[in-house]
Amino acid sequence: MKIEDRKYAHPEVLVSTDWAADHLKDEGIRIIESNEDQLLYSSGHIPGAVHVDWTKDLNDQVIRDYLNKDSFKKLMSRIGVSNTTTVIFYGDKNNWWACYAYWVFKLFGHVKAKVMDGGRLKWEIEKRELTRDVPTYPETKYKAKERDDKTIRAFRVDVLKHISAGKKLVDVRSPEEYSGERLHMPNYPNEGALRGGHIPGAKSIPWAKAINPDDGTFKTADELKQIYEKENNLNSKDNVIAYCRIGERSSHTWFVLKNLLGYDHVRNYDGSWTEWGNLVGVPIEK
Amino acid sequence: MSNIPQKLSEFLETLSMFSDESQRINLLISYADKFKAVTEEIAQRPYSDENKVPFCESGAYVWVKKNTDGTLKFYFAVENPQGISAKALAAILDKTLSGEKPEAVFNLPDDLVYKIFGQGLSMGKNMGLTGMMQMIQRKSKALSM
Repeated sequence: MKIEDRKYAHPEVLVSTDWAADHLKDEGIRIIESNEDQLLYSSGHIPGAVHVDWTKDLNDQVIRDYLNKDSFKKLMSRIGVSNTTTVIFYGDKNNWWACYAYWVFKLFGHVKAKVMDGGRLKWEIEKRELTRDVPTYPETKYKAKERDDKTIRAFRVDVLKHISAGKKLVDVRSPEEYSGERLHMPNYPNEGALRGGHIPGAKSIPWAKAINPDDGTFKTADELKQIYEKENNLNSKDNVIAYCRIGERSSHTWFVLKNLLGYDHVRNYDGSWTEWGNLVGVPIEK
Repeated sequence: MSNIPQKLSEFLETLSMFSDESQRINLLISYADKFKAVTEEIAQRPYSDENKVPFCESGAYVWVKKNTDGTLKFYFAVENPQGISAKALAAILDKTLSGEKPEAVFNLPDDLVYKIFGQGLSMGKNMGLTGMMQMIQRKSKALSM
């Protein structure tokens, strides 16, 4: 089904692979690949696409935090993005890392950002062109804003207040992590959480439920409403915090709730379980 | 690198000469390009779970055969087309460890995946690739008995 027929609240945040293929050389468009696998971009990427590495480019290399205003400005300049460039994210793992990069860009208020529906998987299934030529673009003079840590990002103190106020949380990890049976997601070993379980009151809605596994595209708004609203009692007026293990899977769910279902008040708690499961004295449910 | 077989040791030495990460990545990709999946003479689909690498999202499978001279030959399959790191590791292990005796393989150090792929490896990838290493070591040990 076409993106415009899926009844999303903000269909303009998605582009199809057809659209991307038709706009590869457009001035004002920058395609950005962001993956888990460090070799994938270099092994072949969409012609003209630049690479943004989630560990090296988006995170501070010393403290546990995202890059700052100055680093963001340098990143944007390096990949040839100006304040008016429309960035189109895509990547592996059903756009998991693409949505993460999208969310980080939004922390800095970059307005023109979209995600290519289906990501790398759909592009490959359709046997579209991949290249190993790494493009270079003229450096830009990007005017970066200060990172906004209040609107779409939540910290542990926010989560504690959120719980006290009885507001809604979404735990997007696997059911085994949610129940406390595992301290990490399947296939991902322990990342140091001393306690298992979930934040009290959180609903368990694994992130990948929002995806059609065959081609990596997002499910329709009706299908998403069935999952988030009918089965789990969320509402677009709710104030919601999503979390996972380190805030990457939950940025995917944040993208879905914010953009596809139109939730105005949704934040991503990137400290997530690697912080909460190690905090002394915070409440945990199993 | 005293307990690392010569070919693997030479490969690691070559890799360590690349201070630039993109060169290092290109070398690994050149191995992935050379990857040849197991032939039907050795294994047929559907592959057995006994050969499936646990924790590997790239759908990697491993077979180890003993040659008449007591050395080993390794075979791999990587079912996920995006499993480029798994293909690179499979090709490296085949090129550098096939022809070795079992004890040379099961005594390999634990940090080989880190040595090859470096710090940029995510937790998930690390688990899958380490799973491949551990499986060839387990199967080599079994063949030494």
